Amino acid sequence: MPQIRINGVQRDITADPQMPLLWAIRDLLGMPGTKFGCGIGACGACTVHMDGNAVRSCITTLADVAGHEIVTIEGLSPNGTHPVQRAWEAGNVPQCGYCQPGQIMQAAALLRQTPNPTDQQIIDAMSGNICRCGTYLRIRAAIKSAAGSVG
Amino acid sequence: MTTIVNISRRDVIKGVAGMTGLVLGFHVGSRVFPFAEAATTTATFAPNVYLAIDETGLVTIVAHRSEMGTGIRTGLPMVLADELEADWARVKVVQAQGDPKYGDQNTDGSRSTRQFYQPMREAGASARQMLEAAAAHIWSVDANDCRARSHMVVHVPTGRQLSFGDVAKVAATLEVPSADHLELRFKPANERRYVGKPIPIVDLNDIVRGKATYGIDVVLPGMKYASVERCPVYGGKVLNFDAADALKVPGVEQVLEIRATPVPSGFNPLGGIAVIASNTWAAQQGREKLKITWDFGPNASHDSSAYRGQLEATAKQPGHVVREQGNVDAALASATRRISADYFVPYYAHAPMEVPNAVASVAGNKCETWAPTQFPQGARTTVAQVLGLPVEDVTVNVTLLGGGFGRKSKPDYIVEAALLSRQAGAPVKVTWTREDEIRHDYYHAICAQHLEAGLSSDGGAAAWLHRTVFPAIESTFQPNVTYGSAGELQQGVTDMPYVIVNVRCENGPAASHVRIGWYRSVYNVPHAFAVCSFADELAHAAGKDPVEYLRQLLGDPRKLDFAAMKVDYPNYGASLDTYPVDTGRLRGVLDLAVRNSEWGQKLPPRQGRGVAVHRSFLTYVAAIVHVAVGDDGQVTIPRVDVALDCGLVVNPDRVRAQFEGAAIMGIGNTLYSNISIKEGRIEQSNFGDYLVARTDITPDTRVHIVESDAPPGGVGEPGVPPIAPAICNAIFAATGKRIRALPVDPAQLKAT
Repeated sequence: MPQIRINGVQRDITADPQMPLLWAIRDLLGMPGTKFGCGIGACGACTVHMDGNAVRSCITTLADVAGHEIVTIEGLSPNGTHPVQRAWEAGNVPQCGYCQPGQIMQAAALLRQTPNPTDQQIIDAMSGNICRCGTYLRIRAAIKSAAGSVG
Repeated sequence: MTTIVNISRRDVIKGVAGMTGLVLGFHVGSRVFPFAEAATTTATFAPNVYLAIDETGLVTIVAHRSEMGTGIRTGLPMVLADELEADWARVKVVQAQGDPKYGDQNTDGSRSTRQFYQPMREAGASARQMLEAAAAHIWSVDANDCRARSHMVVHVPTGRQLSFGDVAKVAATLEVPSADHLELRFKPANERRYVGKPIPIVDLNDIVRGKATYGIDVVLPGMKYASVERCPVYGGKVLNFDAADALKVPGVEQVLEIRATPVPSGFNPLGGIAVIASNTWAAQQGREKLKITWDFGPNASHDSSAYRGQLEATAKQPGHVVREQGNVDAALASATRRISADYFVPYYAHAPMEVPNAVASVAGNKCETWAPTQFPQGARTTVAQVLGLPVEDVTVNVTLLGGGFGRKSKPDYIVEAALLSRQAGAPVKVTWTREDEIRHDYYHAICAQHLEAGLSSDGGAAAWLHRTVFPAIESTFQPNVTYGSAGELQQGVTDMPYVIVNVRCENGPAASHVRIGWYRSVYNVPHAFAVCSFADELAHAAGKDPVEYLRQLLGDPRKLDFAAMKVDYPNYGASLDTYPVDTGRLRGVLDLAVRNSEWGQKLPPRQGRGVAVHRSFLTYVAAIVHVAVGDDGQVTIPRVDVALDCGLVVNPDRVRAQFEGAAIMGIGNTLYSNISIKEGRIEQSNFGDYLVARTDITPDTRVHIVESDAPPGGVGEPGVPPIAPAICNAIFAATGKRIRALPVDPAQLKAT
């Protein structure tokens, strides 16, 4: 029986260790903030943090995460106060909003590793996250405005 | 005209839980129901929105249009709250179920604001006046001395105040004046609190916390998860299947068949074999173990490459004439110079980030569904029809939509969930995979066009011939449809706005082999691409600056006279008196874009700017795009300037957002996206081979809005059409190579 540590809590899951983390989070743990987009790691909607790094939960198995610390959008901050979340609100980034948890998790991981990224570093880090509404311009601006405040 | 009836003492608002106090139901003049009948039977008195104010002063506004990212769930309530003089901080927005009592809920065609701006104003103004009358009743003063101000009613001569909550309690007990007795007073524009201001969307905080609920997030007690294998060819069906291995997968509980719908399948499910499991992944794993033998049906030889050839050949032949002035053949024959070009746009898939999905629970003879749907009433009637239930026994709950773009105006996936729930005897969630979404879409129509023009000795256009050939959307719903409808041909063909004396527009036949559906801005995509590209070709042929030439083509401001042209022009369902096709407004956005861009300024080699101007969904848009073409042929886009005139703007920040996003979708259509078909099977499967725009291509997009108090036009779609031609015109300016087929092939643009 896989055990995972998610948002600071140890959880037992009755599931095949080969189950993608995404479906365990959504269907078994009842945390729907992490989204399904493609199932092949090509769109970033399912992005979570594993030991602080952005990973695609749709291609990360329960076996892969054993012994690691997982954080989802629900656990990124109390009450949505992470600087990236605040910047997203200040910049009115979302349209439909569906991809935004993944975008926010990706951006938060970027800023943790690179507190003041260049434009090119932002593009490189965010190119794996698709937004079909086309909010990219505001995402980049929000990351810039949050830069320096994530430690 | 608005009719108002106080329904707070009648039990007709079960759909809006906990609403007490003053509840107004109302309907709008275009849908007139007899008042007496309305007073006794609420089912026929179909109000298109509800407003409730409870004793605490909480204002509840029902959003009856679907939120897929446009901000409409915020925009229409803003209009109502503004006229009501409500404090936005004390407004709660709740989402309507699918029910004709709300009026039209089909959220497509960029028409929510234009159809419901006035009804929302009337709703707010009438409620405000009733609150004022109630306060006057309480104070025993003249109602004309009472004025609502930011959630209070003030007695102007004495300065006395009552809160909305206190007044609402009394207002609910008063007789409501009938429409004949209620003269609505609207707030003057300079007193507006919200309309015209950049108000954040109501779901913003939920979205950034991961707390916003989309269809895919709905969970019911005892719910099962389904994944459906559908025939790879449209119109195919199951001959037989073996579920033994699928049933061995841990978590898989049942394997059920959904009967195929014969083509054209319309809103009904394609059919297939569904694996029902205790979680999504188990259902998908089980599905991979299915052994299915298919009858691939009538479309198994469809080949999009060969089909393209047929469409292009058809476009070379005369078609049905849908607009004609003067004598095109004679004018072409006598022209100083004759130009012709052929354009092609492929099939596209919608690819909303949230795949089609739905939850349904069929219990007894009732069905309740939860889904991201643009068309809740269509979902309700289709589910009722397929299950054989009265419409009243089907409840459709509308969640947030993770993108729609037209895909979610078709409820086939909701019907799948309903059928499976009935068979499984439990609530069922159907979740499409991305591969399902790409391979079983209602595709944007593939389109081939042939244009010819005759130039006179001064370079002016003397003749214009435009032929378009595409499978029609109606072919998804009716057999043997091969020609486009007036509603499709209005989208950039029959509304060609240039001042040209000799014009002929034709439509040739095309049989359909896949489901064709609405895709953001629909037939404007191919038609604006061809028409705005061809205008640029003429400018270059005439040796003129493209902006100058466009100004010449647009001519003096005038309104297209479709009656005189004998053109059937539906005008997106709007009145031509209220919303004429006004070339002056096209010129206005062109000039605004030019002023704000760097048009005419020198650029380095292999860089260029392109321009396009197009009206769609009653809104006028110009785009100026700056491209840079690498030696390897790769196109980058440093900057896009978009100027738009959509009339009155409700929420300027959301209008900007829609046009920023439309530029991105337009870029994806132009540079990346392409659905191709072999042996009836879609060749693409996921974002690895169905390419869409990502952040790396994102330009510095600047949106310039014409200030206007004209009636509101569309916002969601009109930003898309001018992008593709502006990009390709810019590529021509940069490289001298004319792109006439999408998506752009970088191999054609390599430096030589």
